Amino acid sequence: MFDNVWLIPLFPLIGFLINGLFGKKIKNEAVIGAIGTLAIFASFVVSCLILMQMIGLPAEQRVFEKVLFPWIHSGNFKADMAFLLDPLSCVMIMVVTGVGSLIHLYSIGYMHGEEGFYRFFAYLNLFCMSMLLLVLGSNMLVMFIGWEGVGLCSYLLIGYYFHKKSAGDAAKKAFVMNRVGDFGFLLGLFTLYWWFGSNHNIWTINFVEIKAASHLLPYGGVVTVATLCFFVGATGKSAQLPLFTWLPDAMEGPTPVSALIHAATMVTAGVYMIGRMSFVFAKSPDTLLVIAVVGAATAIFAATIGTAQNDIKRVLAYSTVSQLGFMFLAMGVGAFSAGIFHLMTHAFFKACLFLGSGSVIHSMHHALHKIHSHDDAQDMRNMGGLRKAMPITFITFAVSTIAISGIPPLSGFFSKDEILWMAFSNQFHGNVNIYLWGIGAVAACFTAFYMWRLVFMTFFGDCRINPTAKSYLHESPLVITIPLMVLGALAAVGGFIGVPKILGGLNHFEHWLEPVFETAHEYSTQYAHHGAHPSHSVEWTLMILSTVIAVIGIMIAATMYVKNKSLPGRFVATFPTLHRAVFNKWYVDEIYDYLFVNPCKAFGQFLWKGFDVLIVDGVVNGVANTVMGFSGIFRYMQSGYIYNYAFSMALGVVVMLGYFIFK
Amino acid sequence: METLFFLIITLVAIVSAILVITCKNPINSALSLIMTFFCLATYYVMLDAPFMAAVQVMVYAGAIMVLIVFTIMLLNIRVDSSKKHSHKLVLGSIIGFFTLLNTIFVLVKSRAALPTGPYSGEMLRSIGHTELVGREMFTNFLLPFEITSILLLVAIIGAVILAKKKI
Amino acid sequence: MENLNSYLIVSAILFAIGTIGVLTRKNVIVMFMSIELMLNAVNLTFVAFSRYLGNLDGQIFVFFIMTVAAAEAAVGLALIIAFFNNKESIDVEDVNLMKW
Repeated sequence: MFDNVWLIPLFPLIGFLINGLFGKKIKNEAVIGAIGTLAIFASFVVSCLILMQMIGLPAEQRVFEKVLFPWIHSGNFKADMAFLLDPLSCVMIMVVTGVGSLIHLYSIGYMHGEEGFYRFFAYLNLFCMSMLLLVLGSNMLVMFIGWEGVGLCSYLLIGYYFHKKSAGDAAKKAFVMNRVGDFGFLLGLFTLYWWFGSNHNIWTINFVEIKAASHLLPYGGVVTVATLCFFVGATGKSAQLPLFTWLPDAMEGPTPVSALIHAATMVTAGVYMIGRMSFVFAKSPDTLLVIAVVGAATAIFAATIGTAQNDIKRVLAYSTVSQLGFMFLAMGVGAFSAGIFHLMTHAFFKACLFLGSGSVIHSMHHALHKIHSHDDAQDMRNMGGLRKAMPITFITFAVSTIAISGIPPLSGFFSKDEILWMAFSNQFHGNVNIYLWGIGAVAACFTAFYMWRLVFMTFFGDCRINPTAKSYLHESPLVITIPLMVLGALAAVGGFIGVPKILGGLNHFEHWLEPVFETAHEYSTQYAHHGAHPSHSVEWTLMILSTVIAVIGIMIAATMYVKNKSLPGRFVATFPTLHRAVFNKWYVDEIYDYLFVNPCKAFGQFLWKGFDVLIVDGVVNGVANTVMGFSGIFRYMQSGYIYNYAFSMALGVVVMLGYFIFK
Repeated sequence: METLFFLIITLVAIVSAILVITCKNPINSALSLIMTFFCLATYYVMLDAPFMAAVQVMVYAGAIMVLIVFTIMLLNIRVDSSKKHSHKLVLGSIIGFFTLLNTIFVLVKSRAALPTGPYSGEMLRSIGHTELVGREMFTNFLLPFEITSILLLVAIIGAVILAKKKI
Repeated sequence: MENLNSYLIVSAILFAIGTIGVLTRKNVIVMFMSIELMLNAVNLTFVAFSRYLGNLDGQIFVFFIMTVAAAEAAVGLALIIAFFNNKESIDVEDVNLMKW
C-alpha cells in the first residue's frame, strides 16, 4: 500500500480538475458536492490503509520514501517529486483527509444555493491536495509547493465572496502575510542547503538525508540562523506573533473554509514543519527558546483579544491563534509529540466548533432572511437561547468547548496538560520554564473563559433575536449535523490515544511518534540542565491545578454571562481603556498600518509620482520626443512626391559613378 | 558623305530629343519622340543591323508610341499649364549635365577591347542580319525568348486589370 | 561605319536629355516618354558595341529590352489611366500619398 501513497494527493487533484473545469457545466449541486467529497474521502481510505500497514510494522521500519519521478536534477542539486511516509506524516494525512472529508460533506449542506458552488469545491479540493503535498513531501521543495499552494488556496477561499471589498482585502492580507513568512522559509532552506553543501559537500534538501547528516550540524550558530528563518515561515503560516493578524480577518470566507483551513489544517503547517525538522531545531536551544516565548506570548495575547469580541467566528479565530500558540510552546520546550498531539485534538474540536458556529450562522441567516432583517447573523449579541432550537449543534458544540477548555477526560485536557507539564518540567530553558508555564496556564484560563462566554451568549439565556425570526430557527439538516456529531465524538474521545503514564495510560501517541523525534531528543539532551527531575506529586499537582484553572475560567464566564448579566457592563465601565484596547485587538492592525502599511503606501506613492512619472516616463517620453524632433527635420526628405525620390536616386547614381570614375 | 549623314541624323536626333522634354503639349512631345526613334533606326541601319531598325520602327515608333498617343488623347490632356518649378529645372539640368559628363568621361578614358566575335560586317552583309539574329535567338537564347512570352502575357493581364474600373 | 565613340557620345547625350526630362517634367506621360528615350539611348550603345565587337549578343539584348519596354508601356499606361480615373490628373505632384 505504501507504493500507492501518490494516490492520496491525486484524488483531490482529480476532483479539483473535474469541478474546476466542468463544474460550471455540471450545475447539479449534488453531483459537484459528491465529486468533491468522494475525492477527498478516497484519499482518506487510502490513508487509513497506509496507517493500518504502518501499525503492523516494527517501529524502526516505519520510514518509507516513494520517488514518483525525478523533478530537478541540476549539478549537485537534486530534487525529486517524492513522498515520505513516517508516523508523523501518517498522523497528518489522517487528520487532513479525515477532517477534510467531514468538512467537504458539511459544505454540501452549508454552501447550498450559493453562487459558484462548483468553484468552492474546486478550491477545497485544490487546498486538500496542496496540504497533502505539504505533509507528504520528502524534500523541502515539494513541501514548499504545498506550502505555497495552501497559501494560494487560502487566498482564493477567503476571497470567495470577492464582490465584497472586505473579503478581497482580507484575502490580500492573508496572502501578503503568508508571503512574508514564505520568504523566511526559503531563506532557511537556502541557508541549510548552502551550509551542508559548502562545509560537508552534502548537497541535499531531502529530509531523510538531512536527518542522517544532522549530527554534523553545530549547536547554535548557523543552525540558529536557519531555524529562525524557518520559524519566520512558520509564524506566517501558523498565524503567530507578529504575523497573526491575517487569521481573524480570514473569517470573511465561508465557515467551512475557516474550519478546514484556519483551524484544522493549513495553520498547523508551521507546527508540522517544525516537527518535521525537529532534528535541526533541536540543535539550536536559542531558537527553541524563541519559539517557546513566541508561542506562549501568542497564546495569552490572542486569548485576551478573544474575550472581548462579539463576532462568533472571530472569537473562534482568536482561539485558534491562541491554541496554535500552545502548539508552538510545546515545540519550543522540546515536547514535539505533545505539540503534534495538540495539533490533532485541536483539529477535532476546533473543526467541530467552527462547523457548529457555521450551523448557527446558517440558521440565523436563514431566520433573519425570512423576516428581511439586516442584522448581523454572526454577532453573538443577536443570538441567545439557541440550545432549544438546535439541540445537536448545541451538544456537539458544548462537548468541543469542554474539550478545548481542558476538562478531563476530553481530548483537549490530555494534550494541553501535556504541553503545560512539559513547559514546566523541561530541562532546556531553566528559569524561564516557570514563566512559560504560568503564561500557558493563564492563557488556558482565558481560553475557558471566552469559550464559555461564547457558549453562554449563543446557546443560553433569553433569545435576543426578533421573535418573528425565532420561529424560523431550526436545526440544520443531516448533512451538516453528521460531521458535527463525528467531530464531537472525536473531540470527546480523541485524547485517549495519548493518556500520559501518570494517569495509568500507555501514551500510545508519543510512542507512535518516537521514531520521528528520537534524533531531536538525542540532540536536546546534550545541553539539558540535569537538575532535579520534578516528582510525580508535582505532576499531579499541576494537573489538578490546570483543571482548577479551567474550571475557574468557566465559573467566571458563568457568573458574568448567566447569573449576573450586568457584570460585563460594569467591568467595561470600570476599565474603559482596557476594554477598548482589547476590543480593538490591542490596536495591532493599526500599529501595523502605521509601521508598515502606510510607509509602504507612501513609498509606493513616491515611486509612482516621483520615480515612475518623472524618471521612468520622463526617459521614455524624452527618447520619443528626441526622435520626434529629429524626424521633424528629416521628414522634409519624405515629401511623398515621386520626382523627389527620382531626383535623389539619380543624384546617388551620379555621385557614385563620379566617385568610381574620378577616384 | 557618311560622316555628314551621321552628323545630320545626330542633329535631328538631339533636337527632337530636346523637343520631347520641352514641349508643353504632350502630343508634340510624342511626335518628337517618334522622330528620335526614326533617327535611332537610321543609326541601326548604319550599324549593319537592319533587323533591329525594322523592329525599332515597328515596336517603338509603331506600337508603343501609338499606345502613348492613344492614352494622351483618351485622357484628353490639355497643355501642361501648371506652374513651373525653376529650382527643379536647374537641379534636373545639373544632374543631367553630370550624367553626361560621367558617361563621356568613361568613353574617353576607357579603351574598347579588340573585336573578338565572329560576326564581321562582311558576314552580316553576305548572310543577312535577320538570319544571323534568328539563329542566335533560337539556339543560344531560346529559353529567355520563350520567357518573354510569359512576360508579355503578364503585362497584358496586368494592363487589363489595372485599367478596368470595376473587375 | 563611323567611329564607335561618336555613337557612344550620341547615346550619352540622349541619355542625359532623358534624365533631365524625367527630373524636370511633371506630366507623367512626358516622364514616361523620357524614360523610353533613356532606354533607347542604352539600346544604341548595345547595338554599337555589338557591331564593333562582332558579337550579336548585344542585339539580342536590345530585343529583350524592347519586349520589356512594350510590357512596361502597357502596364505603365494602364497605371496612368487608373490614376487619372482616381484623381482627374496626371500630374506627379498629385501622387503624394507616400509622405510621412
